[in-house]
Amino acid sequence: MIELSGVTKSFGAHQVLKGITGSVQRGEVVCLIGPSGSGKSTILRCINGLEAYDGGSILIDGMKVDRADRSIVAVRTAMAMVFQRFNLFPHRTALENVVEGPIHVKKEPRAQALERGRDLLARVGLADKLGAYPAQLSGGQMQRVAIARALAMQPKAILFDEPTSALDPELVGEVLGVMKSLAEDGMTMLVVTHEMGFAREVADRVLFLDGGVIVEEGAAREVLSAPRNPRTQDFLRRVLKPI
Amino acid sequence: MQTVLRDAGTFLPILLQGLKFTVLVTLGSLAISTVLGLVWALMRVSGIGWLAFVAKTVVNVLRGIPILVQLFYIYFVFPEFGVALSALQASIIGLGIAYSAYHSENFRAGIEAIDHGQIEAAQSIGMGWFLMMRRVILPQAVKVILPPYGNIMIMMLKDSSQASTITVAELTLQGQILASSTFKNMTVYSMVALLYLSMSLPLIAFVSWLERRFGKGARR
Repeated sequence: MIELSGVTKSFGAHQVLKGITGSVQRGEVVCLIGPSGSGKSTILRCINGLEAYDGGSILIDGMKVDRADRSIVAVRTAMAMVFQRFNLFPHRTALENVVEGPIHVKKEPRAQALERGRDLLARVGLADKLGAYPAQLSGGQMQRVAIARALAMQPKAILFDEPTSALDPELVGEVLGVMKSLAEDGMTMLVVTHEMGFAREVADRVLFLDGGVIVEEGAAREVLSAPRNPRTQDFLRRVLKPI
Repeated sequence: MQTVLRDAGTFLPILLQGLKFTVLVTLGSLAISTVLGLVWALMRVSGIGWLAFVAKTVVNVLRGIPILVQLFYIYFVFPEFGVALSALQASIIGLGIAYSAYHSENFRAGIEAIDHGQIEAAQSIGMGWFLMMRRVILPQAVKVILPPYGNIMIMMLKDSSQASTITVAELTLQGQILASSTFKNMTVYSMVALLYLSMSLPLIAFVSWLERRFGKGARR
């Protein structure tokens, strides 16, 4: 469903992506792990057209991602995105955040969008926060609203960009729990994360990225338990045993 | 004291005639400058190079020429190009164009103050540029824009007196005429000052109300 081949991207003289090739199949959960600055987030942003890429190609169900083309709107509505810093609309309530896209971009009937919005917020455990503004919610609640907002677009896949990195440790679980239930429902997900426990338990495959190239990839358990590449071994050692 | 009150009673209807034009000029030029200012600001943040350049140039030219000179230009020079405007029209259009530069810079500052994550969130749900501006950016920018906007509104109310220089008989000019024909300088100019205050104070209160109204849901 998502296919990258030879994707390159530079910021000025610094090449962030040095030929990324990989794919995500329908219904698959793939985790992108790697040290900071390795280009993980940039890959997600290129897939969603938030960032242009220089070379190679990215195909979504055979449709080329091209920021400059009108088709980018279709790409973006097919690929929902959940951000590290939530990026909820602060001037709208939780429910209004969720139905913004369906009503104003997809032109769904208002009543229908609102009904699904309520259902989605209930699904992420926020049935009692429909009218709350983001400023009145905790980080974990905001991120769950953001996930509901992504789901409301009825996307083919959801891209998660370090969804728990900005959260207090005790709030991480509630967000990962929601993501896990989405995975169990068969949602296609590409997740940039430092939560190795989540990757081991939920992901089908793990891609290890370092210095703009995919250094190692394979079944989650294999890569995380018995990494073959020395750089993966080193990274995992530092993440799992920080002190 | 009695003479002052009697004079005031006589002068008031004449000054109110002027006040009517002050209100007309202020509201008219406020409407024009707000719309034009928004156009310049949106051109400036459009991300399209030549549009931004045009807007920037226009704003800098307008900011760099005294408003008085712009009024003279529109009223006295435009007729030579076959565009003859009445004094009232010229002052409304002139002040409207001149002040659009200041509105534009204020709007731009408000738009640029919005967190970039908001733009990405809007794009990620498939919003186009105009929809994003209308639904996401501008409603948040309003909070940032309003306090200085109120300031500019009050400056415009007072600067409407510049219309007197191209013969619009607004409050200041009516006062001048009255004062020079009656020599009751103190009474006349005190009344003129009080009439300006009676308009600007409610205007300030209105802007405060707007700020509270648009402050809801805010973090601060």
